[in-house]
Amino acid sequence: MTKASAVVLDRVTKRFGNVTAVDAISVDIRDGEFFSMLGASGCGKTTTLRMIAGFEFPTSGVISLGGVQVERIPAHQRNVNTVFQSYALFPHLSVNENIAFGLQMQKINKSDITKRVAEALAMVQLTGYGERRPKQLSGGQQQRVALARALVNHPKVLLLDEPLGALDLKLRKEMQIELKRLQQEVGITFIYVTHDQEEALTMSDRIAVMSAGKMLQIGSPTEIYERPATRYVADFIGEANFLDGHVSAVDGAYTVVTLDNGVALPGIAQQTVSDGTAVTIAIRPEKLRLTVQPTDQMICLPATVERVLYIGSDTRLTVSLDNGAHLDVWEQNNRSTLDRDAYWQKGERGFVWWNPDNALILPA
Amino acid sequence: MINAPRPLHTPPRQASIGTRLLSLHAGSTYVFLYAPIVLLVIFSFTKDTFGVRWTGFTLDWYTKLFNDQRMMSAALNTLWVAAVSTVLSTICGTLLALAMERYRFRGRDGLDALLYMPIVIPEIVMALALLAFFSFSFGIFESLTGITLRMNIWTVIVSHVAFSISFVTVVVRASLKGFDVRLEEAAADLGADPRTTFWRITLPLIIPGVIGGALLAFTLSLDDFIISFFTVGPGTNLLPIEVYGRVKRAITPSINAISTIMLVVSMLLVFLSQFMQRRADER
Repeated sequence: MTKASAVVLDRVTKRFGNVTAVDAISVDIRDGEFFSMLGASGCGKTTTLRMIAGFEFPTSGVISLGGVQVERIPAHQRNVNTVFQSYALFPHLSVNENIAFGLQMQKINKSDITKRVAEALAMVQLTGYGERRPKQLSGGQQQRVALARALVNHPKVLLLDEPLGALDLKLRKEMQIELKRLQQEVGITFIYVTHDQEEALTMSDRIAVMSAGKMLQIGSPTEIYERPATRYVADFIGEANFLDGHVSAVDGAYTVVTLDNGVALPGIAQQTVSDGTAVTIAIRPEKLRLTVQPTDQMICLPATVERVLYIGSDTRLTVSLDNGAHLDVWEQNNRSTLDRDAYWQKGERGFVWWNPDNALILPA
Repeated sequence: MINAPRPLHTPPRQASIGTRLLSLHAGSTYVFLYAPIVLLVIFSFTKDTFGVRWTGFTLDWYTKLFNDQRMMSAALNTLWVAAVSTVLSTICGTLLALAMERYRFRGRDGLDALLYMPIVIPEIVMALALLAFFSFSFGIFESLTGITLRMNIWTVIVSHVAFSISFVTVVVRASLKGFDVRLEEAAADLGADPRTTFWRITLPLIIPGVIGGALLAFTLSLDDFIISFFTVGPGTNLLPIEVYGRVKRAITPSINAISTIMLVVSMLLVFLSQFMQRRADER
């Protein structure tokens, strides 16, 4: 990447009393990037965002914005803007006055302010709502005002703290597309905090998966989903089957893992692992296939259907292998039929198989 | 119609006697509360010189009042005390409320409990305490500098501030309870320094509470007798004290008239204060 850094965190740590909220995080966020921090509540993602905004100062470590060290500079002197989870619109000011607030602080002349506020309103498709109070707007409209109020200042970096959390599902999907469009249009670096993996996967250029104050993995949505670095990441993003065992051999491109019940399965290891290492094999359920007849695939195991969940686009099956292990298998419903026999039934026997390229060997 | 079936959902009739007794009770309570006040107001307009019988309508007592130099100077003093003590106690009380709501500091819980003392303790105790405080500190001041200080209108003002701060703080804190701190963060995020944030965001949002507290402080100061009586010193005249002094000699309709005016002013202020707080709650 030749692009310059927008935000650099270098071993940033934040402790509250004896609780470590953020633990020595280092990351380099590039100019114009849509960067998401994804994690369960309490993983440190919001604290990290608040330190970039300047609402919290790190206990140790360095934060740079556009090459300038800022970790001791208060929020009002930093060239970043935030969209808050609850929007935090000023209730006593009109929509126009809310959006103009940042520009007034920069002492920009009145006619320019009027012009830029109107542009910002148009950008979020709220032209004509300028005289209203925030209370008179719907949740989605308030969200757009919050966005306009931040973007009107042309910040170097826009920080978004679960901005779609309060919206209903349909509106949230619309706003995801809208946000991505805006980000590409204005070319500002977005740092986005969310606990919703789908939101992170659809919008981000890169995602940092966070847990217990650390960034476990930083990568593109496909890297995160297809090549999770740890079991936690594989489990947190999407769903996965996990099979525990030990490395027993290396066979060409594949590493062979012998499961605790004696079955040997090949898979892909991202680093070389020595024989005898405890590992887990992770396989996504949509990458497993269940067929009536055995196939000539490398891996093809007899199985019994234990549970069937029909969800429309897919049928989600749980099968048990003859050695007792359970696997989730998602079968796409790509035929349109009402014939009951076309679908798997509980208790039916079949063969579950997969391509060993989809079996990821992760540290246990 | 004969034997028309009664609608099923008519409320049972026997409840009405209880309801009537209840209304009677409520009515008599109000008579008990307001009859003396109504009489006071009525007898401020009577022609009777002793102000106890109705002998015809007149506004003479009010005009007499406005020509009464002594009464007018007492009224002006009282207004001055109320105005100055309100401004001081509103500023101190608002800042105290902000400190108590926003910050966690050592001794905060103790301070919180002590804050309500001036509201709870008997006024006479507060008055004696203030009197003791002034004589003690004036004594020390005199032995150090040789200058003798006496109690005057400023000692009353200081005393009124001392008890009003608690009331202002309680009212302002209530309006800070629902205040979203993220609004201040949002202002900082948009480039407002802490002072600008206070004037443009925090104060406009809590101003109904602040005005409510100020009106309460003003009313309390206008009405106060006991604390003023103990801390005023010989030279200064205040309205409640002047009224008390005259009543000792004779009740005249003039007293009724000045009381009516004080009553109207106090009630207006209380209404205004309630109105401001309701507006604050609607936010």
